[in-house]
Amino acid sequence: MSGLARTATVALAIARKDAVAELRGKHATTSTLFFAAVVLLLFGFALGPDTRRLAEAAPGLLWLAIVFAGLLAVGRLHLVETDDGALEQLALYPVDRRAIYAGKAVSGLAAMLILGIVLLGVVAVLYGIDLAGAWPALVLTLVLGCIGFAAVGTFYAGVTVRMRAREVMLPLLMLPVIAPLLLAAVKATAAALAGDPFGELAAWLQLLAGYDLVMLIAGGATYGFLLEE
Amino acid sequence: MKTRALGMVGLLAVVIAAIFGLFVVPPDANQGDAQRIMYVHVASAWLAYLSFGVTALGGLLFLWKRDLRFDAVALAGAEVGVMFTAFAIWGGMMWGKPVWGTFWQWEDPRLTTTALLLALYVGYLLLRHLTDDPMRRATRAAIVGLVAAVDIPIVHFSVVWWRGLHQTATFGDPAKLLHPSAPLLFVVALMGMLTAFTIVWAYLMIRRYQLARTAWQIEEHGRLGRISAARQAAVRPVRPVAEPHPEEVGS
Repeated sequence: MSGLARTATVALAIARKDAVAELRGKHATTSTLFFAAVVLLLFGFALGPDTRRLAEAAPGLLWLAIVFAGLLAVGRLHLVETDDGALEQLALYPVDRRAIYAGKAVSGLAAMLILGIVLLGVVAVLYGIDLAGAWPALVLTLVLGCIGFAAVGTFYAGVTVRMRAREVMLPLLMLPVIAPLLLAAVKATAAALAGDPFGELAAWLQLLAGYDLVMLIAGGATYGFLLEE
Repeated sequence: MKTRALGMVGLLAVVIAAIFGLFVVPPDANQGDAQRIMYVHVASAWLAYLSFGVTALGGLLFLWKRDLRFDAVALAGAEVGVMFTAFAIWGGMMWGKPVWGTFWQWEDPRLTTTALLLALYVGYLLLRHLTDDPMRRATRAAIVGLVAAVDIPIVHFSVVWWRGLHQTATFGDPAKLLHPSAPLLFVVALMGMLTAFTIVWAYLMIRRYQLARTAWQIEEHGRLGRISAARQAAVRPVRPVAEPHPEEVGS
């Protein structure tokens, strides 16, 4: 088997393991989803009840909710590995460290995509937004944004998982780094919802794609050092 | 002794540059006396970026050589850099109030980027603070410092774009200070302050590095002391042979 195919096989196996663990009754995704929905509801209380104002702020609020819930999701994906020394076992496997990073990032991406799609629906209902017609651009933004978040989140969750005060340190370290992602994703979402009147959608999507690529490379190159600890 | 001399030279240079910037150079035609803040502001910002560059380099060398001395260099860069970043933001805000009419100008990509920079490296320092094992601390810090360094250009680029695609605003541009058409006195004042601050920076970096090495030695000394104490305790039992347990007596 070629190196790349082997890496992909290992990565998918790790992602599948996470999915199975989740489906066999940890129900963490459900609680994270409800948390994000409540956050969106509270944003409504904070800014409402003027629906027009909420609709204007909707792209930013959507992505803030995704970011907050995503922090919980990626943190938890690493936390399950600390049970019974599972992370040490994982580190002992004779496979490429980048494959382990990729596997954790894929399961993070899956969790993020579920979050993103559900929250998009919640935002549409709560803030009165018409999603029809904007679908392709919105889904593309969501996918690119979630890839970047999973890439960065997997890295920082790996850094903080065995640390004191990790609940604070994960957001503290990660939020400044994902600032460009938040900025580009919010702008792209707003452009997509408005029908891209200024023709800026493509530029923001390119920025997102570039960010994803840089962070995936940076994460893949450095994650191995964490497993050597 | 040499380091102390460097510190003295730095202090003297800052005092001279400050007197020159405050009393010799005339106030700016448009910005008045507020423009004098720029001398220290630009110098601080330059040293902040230099410090974080040193941190990234120190981290990279640590990952390569696995030598804790490089980690001490990285720590010195981060701590001195955070100080100069905070100083640069503070100076920028003091300058912004009279010139722009507001402390915080969202339209300025440099200000927002620098604020994120401060958050990135405060996080870096906290991360170091919360990890006890020296090698583990150095490894984590090195990779987090590297990812932060990779992120900085993207942050700056995205914020510039964010503003650019939004609307174009015109305001006093600090970079124009270095424009060749600026009067010679202003350029001399800025360059003088830059030089003075850089000497102080070098002094602080050396001192912080020495401090980090000393702290590490004390840590190591304490660890070795505990190990030898444990060894001695294992060889010579401290307590006399324990009396039989009551249950054993009963049986």
